[in-house]
Amino acid sequence: MINYIWVGMTLIGVIFAMVNGTMDAVNEALFKGAKEAVTLCLGLMSILVFWLGLMKIAQDSGLLDKLSALFRPFIRLLFPEIPANHPALGYILSNMMANFFGLGNAATPLGIKAMEQLKILNGGKDSASRSMITFLAINTSSITLVPTTVIAIRMTYESASPTDIVFPTIIATAISAVGAILIDRYFHRKRVRNGRR
Amino acid sequence: MHWMTVISIWMIPFLICGILLYGTFKKVPTYETFVEGGKEGIQMSFSIIPFLVGMLVAISVFRASGALEFFVQFLRPLLEFLHVPAEIVPLAIIRPISGTAALGMTSDLISVYGPDSFIGRLAATIQGSTDTTLYVLTVYFGAVGIKKMGDALKVGLLADLVGLIAAIVVVTLVFGGK
Repeated sequence: MINYIWVGMTLIGVIFAMVNGTMDAVNEALFKGAKEAVTLCLGLMSILVFWLGLMKIAQDSGLLDKLSALFRPFIRLLFPEIPANHPALGYILSNMMANFFGLGNAATPLGIKAMEQLKILNGGKDSASRSMITFLAINTSSITLVPTTVIAIRMTYESASPTDIVFPTIIATAISAVGAILIDRYFHRKRVRNGRR
Repeated sequence: MHWMTVISIWMIPFLICGILLYGTFKKVPTYETFVEGGKEGIQMSFSIIPFLVGMLVAISVFRASGALEFFVQFLRPLLEFLHVPAEIVPLAIIRPISGTAALGMTSDLISVYGPDSFIGRLAATIQGSTDTTLYVLTVYFGAVGIKKMGDALKVGLLADLVGLIAAIVVVTLVFGGK
């Protein structure tokens, strides 16, 4: 998929340039695009180093665990099929905490662990269970407290106040998470009504 | 809606103080731990470079050739009626499909229209508020061998749509239409 998008954009661009007579601009864009990407990554580095450093303190001090304990009752409501104290719940919580604090790299292995546990709960079948769909729905709406990457981009392009989108982003992400939960419930009800699993 | 901006600006420094205080209270060697964790950030940002170079070059060529504008102009009449800038549509479409392509488009929009423009802020909010649904599905289901995804894709994409609309509404309310 991504290969077609990538090649498609470049090829269509060059063909358009032939027709439009914008080949000069395309040449310039080639090298400017590459240069901007590297500049951007350097801007990203400053934020990532700082944020991941800080998050390591949050992790080692047990702050993240403490927060995930706080969210536990709420998560139990969302996953009625998972028994209390099942390891799946712990992984789901850690995964959500990692996403919440912008630790994407740490979140993925935890998410996979959670899925493994959910698969065991589902009798090892190769079809998605209700809990799996709920977990993915919440995951893809990605509740993030601090959108580090976006702040870095805004910083690189000299925004007057790079962090002023933080709260709007939280609101938007919270609405999409609530939306995800409601949509997930709706489809679950529909499945039950239709007599499918 | 000025208070939202105030929260945005105060939140991160407060969060930092909270984490540092808690760490000190729990007798974590804060500075050493910080340095240790920060190292991961260096490696992470270097590993993004090839992805972003590839994507930004393709997007820049697509824009500079006039192709992007050609496709966007068809959407403009309808979207203008809804007070949504048509420029945002390519990002909205690509966001659930590819994380790096979306990241490239976000930075392209911010560089062209400016970080403090309506389009720039909207792009930033869209980028920050949803995840790459297709990627999450592929990785999580793929890793544990789930072949029948059920309603997962539908639910994920619909939630993205909700997030998109929420982003447009919130950014318009907080920063005004222009």
